[in-house]
Amino acid sequence: MTRYITKALADIRSNRFLNLITIVTISLSILVVSLFLLFFENANRLIEGWNQGGRAMIYLEPAFSQEMLPDLKARIQGLGEVEEMRFIPKSRALEKLKDEMGSHTGFFDTLQHNPLPHALEIRMKTRGDYAQVAAFAKKITALEMVESVEYGQGWLAKFLQIFTLFRITGYAMCGLFLLIALFITANTVRLAFYSRRLEIEIMRLVGATEGFIKTPFYVEGLLQGFFGGILGLLILMAAFLTISSGISGNLGAYVYLDIRFLSIKAMGLIILASTFLGWFGCYLSLRQMLQ
Amino acid sequence: MNNDETIHMNLYSSKNSIIRLFNVTKRYGAKLALNNVSVDIQPGEFIFISGPSGAGKSTLLRVLYLAEKVSEGQILINGMNLARISASKLPLLRRRFGMVFQDFKLIPGRTVFENVALVLEVAGEKPSYIRKKVMHVLRTTGMDKKANALPPTLSGGEQQRVAVARAVVGDPDIILADEPTGSLDHASAMLVLDFLMAYHKKGATILVASHNLHLLESMVRGRNIVLEQGELVKTSTML
Repeated sequence: MTRYITKALADIRSNRFLNLITIVTISLSILVVSLFLLFFENANRLIEGWNQGGRAMIYLEPAFSQEMLPDLKARIQGLGEVEEMRFIPKSRALEKLKDEMGSHTGFFDTLQHNPLPHALEIRMKTRGDYAQVAAFAKKITALEMVESVEYGQGWLAKFLQIFTLFRITGYAMCGLFLLIALFITANTVRLAFYSRRLEIEIMRLVGATEGFIKTPFYVEGLLQGFFGGILGLLILMAAFLTISSGISGNLGAYVYLDIRFLSIKAMGLIILASTFLGWFGCYLSLRQMLQ
Repeated sequence: MNNDETIHMNLYSSKNSIIRLFNVTKRYGAKLALNNVSVDIQPGEFIFISGPSGAGKSTLLRVLYLAEKVSEGQILINGMNLARISASKLPLLRRRFGMVFQDFKLIPGRTVFENVALVLEVAGEKPSYIRKKVMHVLRTTGMDKKANALPPTLSGGEQQRVAVARAVVGDPDIILADEPTGSLDHASAMLVLDFLMAYHKKGATILVASHNLHLLESMVRGRNIVLEQGELVKTSTML
């Protein structure tokens, strides 16, 4: 194997420009794919965070009294999908509101009665799937004594629609860029193969097996894919560090944004996929040419 | 020189033949490159394949190392039928041959050493053995001082000596040489033939296709197979 790797590295050195173009093309494709992955990973985390990890507030009708609580809890539990449930009496809700508003609470003293409703705070088992959460909220709303359910349906539905559209576009773009990278890799191998026609003919004449002839090309494809993947991730990391420090500096004081770079697992997968891409481009090219 | 001519007749018993051709025909479209050629070649023989240009000399060599498939007939190498050789076994067959070509067929981007070493690399030999063996063969052919040179920087004679070194480095049973002296001056041609003769004395079977029979006759004892328009028209022994 050392012999094949040495040979592949020598071939890369002798065709520096062509190999550099291939590695850069792969890295740009990987950059686009990684960018989408970075967006999806962070958007998923933000949605979960903004949705408070599947939390919803059930606001109860004014006629509700605490004697009805055990029965209502049992009916909600009976619907399934509830992981945790906590009753918030309207008196505690008002205290919490006063605490949150700090010094601007003077007008509360003028109130004749507590306008806030009793509420139940629940955490649902379903967190990611908006359609399931909405369906479950609809079932709860239909229950007696329940006035409304708040789970961020207004902004979340709109955001999820945009997110889904972006996800589909992302898949299409990733597919397109990967195809371009595949095409370029296959083409590089084809050019390298043609430039070594004589060498390959001589190898065959002296009894080289197809494996002996093809392996350096495969090693070359794997190396191109591997280095392309690393380069793509490095470019993305540099861009991420520059942009994320800007975002944190400008928006950090107003909004809590937990933006992180790709996980080690995701980076490993990207490099693996990029290495496979290099190999697959080589495989397609050689299969066509050696037929 | 005493030529003992026999027409369409084998001088040797076919029992221990290393190469046997049975009614071999090779067509390129309507053109017959080889027409019903039958030959038996014994181990250790020195065979000249002569004839005018286009007689089928190169084609005869090409069908032996399976660069071309025959249209009709059969070829046996050490009893192995070439028609039944699978693609995966073909490299093993070719490792039994050493080949020399008029245009040398050296890899221009690889050094003399690397060109010769390729034969042993494809056979999976260890690097230490390859180094030792290649340098020995290069010394024998007088090319050891140019081991690190690239072929395009060498003269035609030197390139052919490298090609001969590559042909013999794997200790093949059979050497096929297609016009090995065709593009060389007289002195270089004599030198190349000397190397082939020296290797022949070690027991190898050598087939040389050449239109320059006079040069060969002056140096080598062997059997001459004469082809004309793809047909074997006579065989003769050159003493």
